[in-house]
Amino acid sequence: MSSPAYRMSTNDRLRHNHSGFMLLALCPLLAVSNSVVKSLGLGLVTLAVLAGSSLLVSLLRHQLSQATRLLIIVTLIAALTSCAELLLQAYTFKLYQSLGLFVPLIATNYMLFDRADNFASTHLPLPALLDATMKGAALMLLLLVLGAIREVLGTGALFANMDQLLPDAASWKVQLLHNPSPFLLASVPAGAFLLLGFLIALKNMIDKYQTPVSSVVAVEPVAGSRRVRVTGKIV
Amino acid sequence: MSNAPASKGFVKAMIHNSLRLAAFALGSAILLVFADNLTKDQIAHQRLESRRQLLNQVLPPSLHDNDLPGAGFQLDPVNTDFSQISLLGLSAPRSGYRANLKGTASGVVLPLETSEGYGGPIVLMIGIAADGRITGVRVVEHSETPGLGSQIDIEQSQWIDGFNQHSLADTPAGKWRVKLDGGNFDQFVGATITPRAVVGAVNGALLFFEANKSVLLTTADQQRAL
Repeated sequence: MSSPAYRMSTNDRLRHNHSGFMLLALCPLLAVSNSVVKSLGLGLVTLAVLAGSSLLVSLLRHQLSQATRLLIIVTLIAALTSCAELLLQAYTFKLYQSLGLFVPLIATNYMLFDRADNFASTHLPLPALLDATMKGAALMLLLLVLGAIREVLGTGALFANMDQLLPDAASWKVQLLHNPSPFLLASVPAGAFLLLGFLIALKNMIDKYQTPVSSVVAVEPVAGSRRVRVTGKIV
Repeated sequence: MSNAPASKGFVKAMIHNSLRLAAFALGSAILLVFADNLTKDQIAHQRLESRRQLLNQVLPPSLHDNDLPGAGFQLDPVNTDFSQISLLGLSAPRSGYRANLKGTASGVVLPLETSEGYGGPIVLMIGIAADGRITGVRVVEHSETPGLGSQIDIEQSQWIDGFNQHSLADTPAGKWRVKLDGGNFDQFVGATITPRAVVGAVNGALLFFEANKSVLLTTADQQRAL
């Protein structure tokens, strides 16, 4: 593993650390993920745009030249995001109003670009679609977990306003905490960053206990590792 | 001229790439036009419905029989015939709505804005019946602290309904304040600035209504005759 062929520069490490970029991709979505319905809505739209852009880029991959590839991918993602925004506005107007600016912001999500550029542009449509769906679902799941914890802590309830997304779900709201002044920090964006930090710490802890102590030192994370590195030096 | 073939290839590649990019841009534009056409009517319908719901909350359907979204009029903070428009605190032109019941003017819905909030401007809608009593107030836009100032939003607390039925006649000038300032209206625990701003804005709207009563309380037919 230590032969020069396997050693990567810092630049390459960063470029290939997808989970790190996934974390960055999550940042613009953090502000609005303070309830289950918002997280689910934003997660679903991101998933749809991600799957759509990956499929399109994969289908059209032979038309992409080196010089135009990036511009074309950006154009496609922007167009698909605008379509998603129009559809959301037409069929789930209340949800669109509460998500506000964060729907068009999806177009700036690095993960969409990363998947289209680094995977879909060199793979067949089916694997590209599968890859995008899995990545999108993972992001949605993470958003959902964040949204659920923030909603319970911040408002004391769960599944409030679910009818904004599903018309028959108006009665899904469950009041879990009967505290007159809930934990407000969870509702504001700062609380989302703190919570995300705790979730990553939890994940790193689980990773650490699952790996034997001897191999922790021996094996540095290799390219494409799913481990989220947020501490220590990236050499 | 040794580099002639290379530059020829360069120009060719440039033309190819430009055409390719143009083709994709055109394709994206067509996709957007298609999506826009598909959703245009539905979005317009949703917007109108949302507006109607809001207007019906501030001025109950029992007090009007006209279609409120269709009875809008412009309130321009700069170029206007209304007197004392600054009482509404508007930073940009917004729409007010005239309500009729059985052919007579029964009330009006006014937009109002205040910059006295804690987290930025607060935009409200207020319904005022012909006798000067408040029929309802709703917050349209705000960025107050979640859980504290945000309780002015009807989805989080019933506080804003505390204005209902009040008028300049039953609440004297000095009492349009929060209780902390010696007035008649509650503040929230941990948030005084936000309710203070809203109470002040509502008082301003009532004063504006008094000053422009004769112009605001006209029916559509009377408007046409003017």
